[in-house]
Amino acid sequence: MQPVLESNKGLIRGIGGKIKRISTYVISDLKENKVSYLLVMPYWTIFFVFTILPVIIAIALSFTYYNMLEPPQWEGLHNYLRLFLDDDVFLIAIKNTFVFALVTGPISFFACLILAWMINELQPKIRAFLTLLFYAPALTGQVYFIWKIMFDGSAYGYVNGILLYWGIITEPIQFFQDPAYIMPVSILCVLWSSLGTSFLSFIGGLQGIDTSLYEAGAVDGIRNRWQELWYITLPQIVPHMMFGAIMTITQSFAAADQLIALVGFPSTDYAARTIVSHLMDYGNIRFEMGYASAIAVILFAFMVITQRLVQKYLAKLRD
Amino acid sequence: MKAKFRIRRKRLNRSLGGDVFLFTFLGIGAVFTAIPLVFLISQAFKPLNELWLYPPQFFVRNPTFKNFVDLFVLMGESWVPMSRYFFNTLLLVVVGTGGHIILASMAAYPLAKHDFLFKPFLFQTVVLSLMFTYQVTAIPNYLIMAKIGWVDTYAALIVPAWGMSLGLFLMRQFMVAMVPDELIEAARVDGASELTIFWRIVMPIVKPAWLTLMILSVQQLWRETGSRFIYSEELKTLPYALTQVIWGGIARAGVGAAVGLVLMIVPIVIFVINQARVVETMSTSGLD
Repeated sequence: MQPVLESNKGLIRGIGGKIKRISTYVISDLKENKVSYLLVMPYWTIFFVFTILPVIIAIALSFTYYNMLEPPQWEGLHNYLRLFLDDDVFLIAIKNTFVFALVTGPISFFACLILAWMINELQPKIRAFLTLLFYAPALTGQVYFIWKIMFDGSAYGYVNGILLYWGIITEPIQFFQDPAYIMPVSILCVLWSSLGTSFLSFIGGLQGIDTSLYEAGAVDGIRNRWQELWYITLPQIVPHMMFGAIMTITQSFAAADQLIALVGFPSTDYAARTIVSHLMDYGNIRFEMGYASAIAVILFAFMVITQRLVQKYLAKLRD
Repeated sequence: MKAKFRIRRKRLNRSLGGDVFLFTFLGIGAVFTAIPLVFLISQAFKPLNELWLYPPQFFVRNPTFKNFVDLFVLMGESWVPMSRYFFNTLLLVVVGTGGHIILASMAAYPLAKHDFLFKPFLFQTVVLSLMFTYQVTAIPNYLIMAKIGWVDTYAALIVPAWGMSLGLFLMRQFMVAMVPDELIEAARVDGASELTIFWRIVMPIVKPAWLTLMILSVQQLWRETGSRFIYSEELKTLPYALTQVIWGGIARAGVGAAVGLVLMIVPIVIFVINQARVVETMSTSGLD
C-alpha cells in the first residue's frame, strides 16, 4: 500500500507543479504584454459575446428541448435523430442547400476570378467602371427584388411578356411557383449578386503583382497569356484565392434571404427550402429552439468542414 | 519614351484571337450584370401607363419623377415621421461604423505587430468566424440580447456591428504588409508609448484600410432593417420603412423601383469615392 500512495502523491505533486508552472507562465505573459491585451480586448470581447459564444450556446441547446418559456430540458441526441430519421423536409432542405451551394459556389468563385483577371488588363478608367458595375449588385444588397418584377408570373411580367410576344410560349410561365423553374431562376438571381468581397480581393491581389515578373516570364519562354496565367499569375494570388474561397463558400451555403424574397415562404413542394429556411421555420415560427439549434449546428458543421477541405486543396495548389 | 515602353509591355504575350475571346466573355458578363440595374433605373422613371404595357417595354419612353413624388407622399403619411426612420439609420451608420473602425484598428495593431501567448488563438477565432454566417448564431444571439436587456434598443444593432470580423481581418492583414517594423522599432527607441505608436504612426499609414472598413460597415448598416431585435416602430430604420413599400404589391411597382434607387445611391457614391483605397486594401487581403 505504502509505495502506491507515495507514487500517487508524487503524481499529484507532479500535476500540481505543472499547473503551477503553466499558470505562472501565463500570468507573466499577461503582465508583460499588458498593453497588447488591453488593445485587443475591447474588440475581442464584443466579438466573442456576439459571434463565438452563440455558437457554444447553440451546440449546448441542440441537446435539449427548449421553447423559451420553460427552462431547457436535456434530451441527448434526440433532436439529431429526429432530423435525420423523422424529418423528410429536412432531407429536402439538405439536398437543395447542396445543389445550390455546389452550383453557385464554384461558378461564383471562378466568375470572380476570371472577370477580375480580364478587367485587370484594361485601362484604369474602364477598369474602375467595370469593377463598380460587377460589384454593384452585391454592394446594394436588397436590389434583387427587381428580379421578382422581371420574372413575374403574369403575362405582364417582362420575361413572360417578351417570350409571349415572340411566340416562344403560349401561356405565361409561373417562374416562382413551378418547381421546375424555382431553382434555376433563383440560382441566376443569386449569381447576379454574388460578386462581392472575393471579387474585390482578386482585383486587389492582381493589382499587387509585380509586373517585372511577366517580363522575366517572357524571357524564360512563356509564350501566351494562358501560360502566363497558369505559371505566374495564379501562384501569386493563392492567398487571395484562399480568402475568396472562404467568403464564397459561406455565402453559397447561407442563401435564404434572396430565395424567400423571390419564391416566398414556404415554397411549392419545398422546392426552395434550404437548411437556413428550415432553421428559420423552427426558430422564428414554431419556437422549437432546441431543434432549431440542432439545425444550426449541422449548418455550422457543413460550412466549416467544406471550408477546411477547400483550404487544404488550395494549399496543395501552392506547392 | 515611357509611353512607348508601356504599350510594348502591355502587348507582351497577347494575341488577337485571345483578345476577341476574352472581350466577348467580358461583354456577356457585363450585359448580364447591367440588365437588371438598367431595368431598375428605367422602371423608377416610368409613368403608371408604361409600367403595365403589353408587350412590355424595357426602356422608359416618357420619364417622370412621379414615382419619387409618390414615395415622398407615401412616407409623409406614415405613422412615425419619415425623418425619424432616417435619423435612426444615420445614427446606426455613424456610431456603428466609427466604433467599428476604432475598436478593430486597436485590436489589429497588436495582432499584426506584437508577439504574445494568446495571439494565435485570438486571431484564429476571428478567421474561423469568417467561415459561417449569422444564421448559425441567430437564436443564441437573441437569447443573449434578451439576457442583457438590449432587445428593442439601439445597442442591439450598434454594438454587434463594432465586432464585425471581416473588418478586423482586413485591417490586420494590411498592417502586417504595410507598416514597417523598423518604423515601430525606431519610435520605441525614441521612447514613444505603444498607444502613441498606434495613434501617431500606424493609424496614418493604414488610412486606406480604415476607409475600406468604413465602406464595408456602411454598406451593411445602411441596409439593416433591424427586424431581428427591434419591435418599436419609432426605433426602426429607413430600409425597414422603405422595403415595406416594395413588398406592398404589384400596384407599387414604380414606387418600389424608386425605393431601390434611393437605397442604392448611398453605398455606390461612397464606394466610387474610395474605390482606389479599397483595391489597395484588398491587395493584402490574402490568407496565408
